[in-house]
Amino acid sequence: MAARSERLEWGGGGLHWLARLFDYKPFLIFMCLLPAVGLLVVFLTYPLGLGVWLAFTDARIGREGEFIGLLNYELLFGDRIFWMSVGNTILYTVVATAGKFILGLWLALLLNRHLPFKSFLRAIILVPWIVPTVLSAIAFWWIYDAQFSVLSYLLVDVLGWRDTYINFLGDAWNARWSLIAANIWRGIPFVAISLLAGLQTISPSLYEAALLDGATPWQRFRYITFPMILPILAVVLTFSVLFTFTDFQLVYAITRGGPVNATHLMATLAFQRAIPGGQLGEGSAIAVAMIPFLVFATVFSYFALARRKWQQGESNE
Amino acid sequence: MSDAARPPVTTVAERSDVIAWESIPRRVVTVYVPLICFVIILLFPFYWMTITMLKSNEELLNYKDYNPLLVYSPTLANIYKLLFETDYPRWLTTTMTVSVVSTFISLFASVLAAYAIQRLRFKGSQWVGLAIYLAYLVPPSILFIPLSTMVFKLGLFDSPMALILTYPTFLIPFCTWLLIGYFKSIPYELEECALIDGASRLQILWKITLPLAVPGLISAGIFAFTLSWNEFIYALTFIQSSEKKTVPVAVLTQLVEGDIYHWGSLMAGALLGSVPVAIVYSFFVEYYVSSLTGAIKE
Repeated sequence: MAARSERLEWGGGGLHWLARLFDYKPFLIFMCLLPAVGLLVVFLTYPLGLGVWLAFTDARIGREGEFIGLLNYELLFGDRIFWMSVGNTILYTVVATAGKFILGLWLALLLNRHLPFKSFLRAIILVPWIVPTVLSAIAFWWIYDAQFSVLSYLLVDVLGWRDTYINFLGDAWNARWSLIAANIWRGIPFVAISLLAGLQTISPSLYEAALLDGATPWQRFRYITFPMILPILAVVLTFSVLFTFTDFQLVYAITRGGPVNATHLMATLAFQRAIPGGQLGEGSAIAVAMIPFLVFATVFSYFALARRKWQQGESNE
Repeated sequence: MSDAARPPVTTVAERSDVIAWESIPRRVVTVYVPLICFVIILLFPFYWMTITMLKSNEELLNYKDYNPLLVYSPTLANIYKLLFETDYPRWLTTTMTVSVVSTFISLFASVLAAYAIQRLRFKGSQWVGLAIYLAYLVPPSILFIPLSTMVFKLGLFDSPMALILTYPTFLIPFCTWLLIGYFKSIPYELEECALIDGASRLQILWKITLPLAVPGLISAGIFAFTLSWNEFIYALTFIQSSEKKTVPVAVLTQLVEGDIYHWGSLMAGALLGSVPVAIVYSFFVEYYVSSLTGAIKE
């Protein structure tokens, strides 16, 4: 019966065995997973391993490396620029993530109110996130220009708060803060829209009950809003930390690590050493040095999330 | 009192406003003023790019005689220069080809993988799902150095194929993850019915599950397209010759001649390079927002 209908479906006996093969579940599963898993293993898992291996070699562009043990790491350990890039990366991640979340949460709370043009507002707020990072970074490059910065113009010529134009990208600390500001600008929309999704799942009856009990706005936020959006917050936080930590585009586009290597993140330093500098081994060692931080950040936020679920008595799916 | 006059269904936001008894001035200060500030700050760089693009050089670099926030005599010279005196059209077509092809490859692989993980349910399917999720957490900034040596050995250096083959590494995990969530929402009973009627698994996927999953496919496609359009580090590393570069890389590296920054053309390049993603986004903004929030909730 089944065989007959199959034969009809597949139009004759020629493909019969093929049809049978594709109905054999293990084979079907294998075929379905093959493209995705194949591509990921070849272009993700293998390079990951290769990167760890390269970090133990003295490979250069156009030359196979030889195993040199931990020499790359020893060199990095005494490298002032490397440690500065580690410091920059941590500062960049911590400050930019905190900024994105505080401002993003604020924006989400504002958008959660009853507003005119709500969906339009939501659509235009996502624009900074949609536009390719490098292209908006170019806008910031121009905004931070030493001579023709519009921010300096506003502060000096319009408001009269300062006497001189700010040297945004020429001074180490100014450049760092400028990059952090640009990163926050780009990150706010994503955080706000994701947290808004969390806010909309909170039942209004909770707020009504709190109001009847005389809770202040701060108490309502602290004991209702915040705990209810914490699971989403944890997920978004993990991703945000991960992508901020490994950021490359923004820094490369705006300062290329300058002035005098002062704003290198680990990713840009790895690029600098490996591709223009040709030291593949050393570049890999810097990239591999990012992995422990990433694992730590991921595990940390994962457990923050898991603990929350456990407290709320939900099953871990 | 006037209960009958009020609409029977009120949204969450409306109700929370009603119970907060806010006065109008207070509402202006706590809601509208901050919101307007946010919108201005978030959109200002685009305004600035647009007017820079429209200014002539003389106007652009003279803040004393011209107010920089306005355009006095708009010109299209910068756009003309970009389109006819640089390789910009070629960069656009290269980027478009790479993005479209890698999006389709990723969608094909992700649909099959998501279907296998979510519907064919085998021993260890959860683990495969987890592994794919973890693959999403591996950032390109760790992979580009070893990938560049691989690309070189495979003879793909300076060829768009290098990008087409490497982009799926960050597209597949994301699309698979999104589609697993989407397949979950399609009732399994439909497939059981088809199985009982004698359909093969592939027929079920092709004729029943996929048509129902079209919204999910569209949002995965949009995400994949925008992600590959925005990709930077692989394109910067694997492509060398000017005419094969993608828009984000080319704008940054080709439009600056030595120390001379052609700000007008740079801004024009950046704005025009954002247009395709903006168009895709504006057509599917609803899918986009809902799938973004859906993917987060998963």
